[in-house]
Order: sequence, then C-alpha cells, then structure tokens
Amino acid sequence: MFALAFTLAGPAMARDRAQNPILVPAVSQPRIEVRQGFTGTQLLLYGAILSPEGARAAKDYDIVIVLEGPARPLSLREKKRVAGVWVNADSTTLRSVPGFYAVVSNRPLAQIVDERTAAIYQLGLTALQLSPSGSIDPAAQEHFAAGLVDLMRRSGLYLQDESAVRVKEQVLYEARIALPSHVPVGTYTAETFAVQRGRVLASATARVEVEKQGFEKAVADFSQHQPVFYGLLAVGVSIAMGWLAGRVFALI
Amino acid sequence: MDIYLPIASLSVNGLVIIGLGLLTGMLSGIFGVGGGFLTTPLLIFYGIPPTVAAASAASQVTGASVSGVLAHGRRGGVDYHMGGVLVVGGVLGTGLGALLFDALQRLGQIDTVINLLYVAMLGSIGGLMAKESITSLRAGADGARPVRARRHHPLVASLPGRWRFYRSGLYISPLAPLLLGMFTGILTMLMGIGGGFVLVPAMLYILGMGAQVVVGTSLFQILFVTMATTMMHALTTHAVDLVLAVLLLIGSVSGAQLGARFASNASPLRLRLVLAAIVLLVAVRMAIGLTWRPDEIFTVAAL
Repeated sequence: MFALAFTLAGPAMARDRAQNPILVPAVSQPRIEVRQGFTGTQLLLYGAILSPEGARAAKDYDIVIVLEGPARPLSLREKKRVAGVWVNADSTTLRSVPGFYAVVSNRPLAQIVDERTAAIYQLGLTALQLSPSGSIDPAAQEHFAAGLVDLMRRSGLYLQDESAVRVKEQVLYEARIALPSHVPVGTYTAETFAVQRGRVLASATARVEVEKQGFEKAVADFSQHQPVFYGLLAVGVSIAMGWLAGRVFALI
Repeated sequence: MDIYLPIASLSVNGLVIIGLGLLTGMLSGIFGVGGGFLTTPLLIFYGIPPTVAAASAASQVTGASVSGVLAHGRRGGVDYHMGGVLVVGGVLGTGLGALLFDALQRLGQIDTVINLLYVAMLGSIGGLMAKESITSLRAGADGARPVRARRHHPLVASLPGRWRFYRSGLYISPLAPLLLGMFTGILTMLMGIGGGFVLVPAMLYILGMGAQVVVGTSLFQILFVTMATTMMHALTTHAVDLVLAVLLLIGSVSGAQLGARFASNASPLRLRLVLAAIVLLVAVRMAIGLTWRPDEIFTVAAL
C-alpha cells in the first residue's frame, strides 16, 4: 500500500521538488527489547523539517506520523442473536491487518487533509486499508472495519491522537506514542508526512524493531522449534512442582 | 509484580495469577475437580488469549493433580486399575476432541458450543449434586440417616465382559470406565477442563464406585489426560506459556495440599453441597453470558 501511495504521489512530488521541504525523522529507540518486566514503552518520534537549501523551512507545515506494526491476515466474526442466544453469525477475512497502528498529528486530521488524500496515504483510523477478501459489499465491509478498529482501539493497539505532535519554531517536531505490553513483535515503520494546504509535500520513513530478547526470546523460540521437548518440559515442570509441593507440605 | 509472558506476549501481575492458581488448586484438593473450569474463563477474563489460557491451564491442572494423587495415594484412595482404564479412554477422547475442536473452529461456532456445553453439563450435574446432598443433609438432621445402596447404573451392567476392580469394590465391564474416560477426554480438549466435575459424579452415580477412592482415582485420570492435552497443545497450537504455567503452578500445588488437608477434616456432605453451589453458579453465569448482549460483538481469529 505504501508503494502504491508513492507511485500516486510521485509525479506531484517531482514537479515541486525544488520547493519541497526535507524531512529528517528519528526515533528514540530503533530497537525495542521485550524482556522480563516489559510493561510497554513510550516511543519518542522526532525530527526536523528543512527547506531544500537546508535552512529553516520558514513555513507552517502540518505533521502527521503513522506508526504501523507488522500486518497479518485475520478472520473477523460478528455475533448476532439467534433464538435468544448470541452466536457468531457473519464473518469476513481481512488479508492485511496491522498488529499496531497509531496516527498522530498536530491538529485534527480532517482539517489537514481531505478524505481522498487520507485514503491514499492511509491517514487515520477510518482510512485504514484492511484488504478484505470475498464479499465486496462496501457497506458490510465498512461495518466490519469499524468493528475491528473499535476492538483494537479499546485494547490499546490502535490509536489516533490529533494533538500529540508538537512543532517547534517551524523546524523541529516531536510526538510520543505509547506502546502497551502486548504489542506484537516485528518490524514497525514510522512514516512522517509534511502536509501543507491539504497536499502531502514530503514523507520519510524510520524503522523500529520490536523483538523479544533474552529469556523471553529463548522460550518463544524453544516452543516453536522444539515443540516435543517444550511440551515434555512443561509436563515435567508441572509434575516436579506438584511432587515438590507434596514433599514440602508433608514435612510441615 | 509485573511479569512478561513470552508466549501470550503481554505482561501480567504475577501475584494475581498465583492467587488464581491457589484458588483453583484448593478446589482441586478438596473436591477432586481439576479447577480448569474456573481457571480458563478467569484467565481469558484477565486478558490472556483464549488458546494460551486453555493450553497453559492444562499444565496447571497436571501439577495440582500430582500433589493430590500423591496425597490420596498415601491414604490408599486411588484405584490404579480403574484409573488405568479411564486414562486409556481419556487419551483416546483427547484425540477425538482435537478433531472436533478443529472442525468447530472452522465453522466459527466453537465458542457457542463450548458455552452451551458448560451450561448443560454444569447445570445438570450441579443440580443433581445439590438435590442429593440437600436430601441427605435433611435426613441426617432428622437422625434417620438413610443408607444409600451403592449400585451401578443398569446400563453399566448390560455391557459385555466383566473385570474385578478391587479397590472400587466393583465387578463390571471395563467398557464402562473406558467410555466415561473417552467422554471426559473429549470435554478436556473442547472445554479446556480436567473433566473432574463430570468424572466424580459419574463415578459415584453411574459406576457406583466407593466414595473413598472416587476423588483419588479421578485425580489420577485427570493427571494423565491433562499431560496428554499439554503435549497436544505444545505440538499443534504452540500455545503453552511456560511462565504462565509456572505462576499458576506455584499457587495451585500449594492450594491442592491445603485443600486436601481441609477435605480430610470436613464433612463430605457439606463439601458436596458447596461444590454443587459453585458448579451451579458458574452454569448460571454462563447461561446469562449466552443471552445477554456480549461485551464484544466482534472477535478476531488469526489465519
């Protein structure tokens, strides 16, 4: 989807390249290590907006930052009441659902870009492309997408904060995004957009790696690569602890 | 105390999990039920992904059962012969349950089936136990304690072939415990429970086993069936969280010991009434959950 966005934006960017600003993005932690005691973290995304000459941009730009986690296919089911009992009724398959999605900006997105631009660059929770497969009924898909976004938002994995970005002296910008402890691991992209009068003038990407480390990584790898031994270990630990407790309590 | 769970991929308060283990461990020690019927729903309620909850709860039940089996075994309360037959049936049932689970999951109806099963099983068994123990308690209060003729169900007698189960004091067809074991094995895989709350009443009322060996033998069967379940989850769903299991185990193995100690000093009739009340309570909660508008209309499943 990002590739598509770039091809669409390509000609416009080439035409105005001379006047377009340069974005220099950075993140506070390019690698987030998930290890024992990890309870989530605050990611600081910051950077500078410069004119092509490298001087201060001297114009007011709107800044929108999208932090997106690894996408995976999902099936989404909706419960309906059948004969007094709530059962899973309708379902849909979404081929690319980001495991984490945060969009932050310096003022409400609706004032920064119009709907079409928001859809092209996937700016905002309502503009998220989830690539549904199967039924293409737009109303139904919208209904499912809204349900998913609501679910993810309440679990803290999707967020939209329209005042999180602060732009200082037309040069520096910064934003903080909170990652909860249950963020999926993988490669995250933080894409910063400089927007003026509804047009995206520049964008730049920074990467963030979220990975399990140390003991947590060892356990996760062990369970995936050596399932037989992992299972035996789990059973062994259970029996040993049960037996040990029996011995200890027999002494008391 | 924040502890990060490597497989569930989230951090939890370790003390809450240990407390949960303690609670279900005590149930296990007192009543001989695995406690899984409480652990799994509570873990899910706490925010642990359902598959991880079911898979890890199984290993917790294993731990609690070991100390329970040891405690009861020391007192001669385990019929290993009967237990062996039940285990064979249970392991077969686990395999069947896995197939059934897969089929229902593909239909998207696994949650509803599990909830309906919970309501039906817990409701009928809880009701039966409550009725029985209230009747006996009343009779006891009147002074005229009725001597219940311990006898197996007529259907059991019609099965072919007979084995002697000395400790249970039975001479019945091994098919009866085998089928019962299979049935609980299926439930273990489908509902993420040890099956003890089905097994204990069935042993008492259908097989007609002696009350002194029922709890120990039920724990013996649960021990092996949950071991098989843990292995099956480790191989297929990769959802056994060792850290979560250890936390649950710390609580439940201690709870099981405390519970077994408590059970030997308490009136069995009252214990059965309390268990009936707990079982009925869970059933009612589940029934309400089915008919009330659920908190989440939408659910996601990874593909």
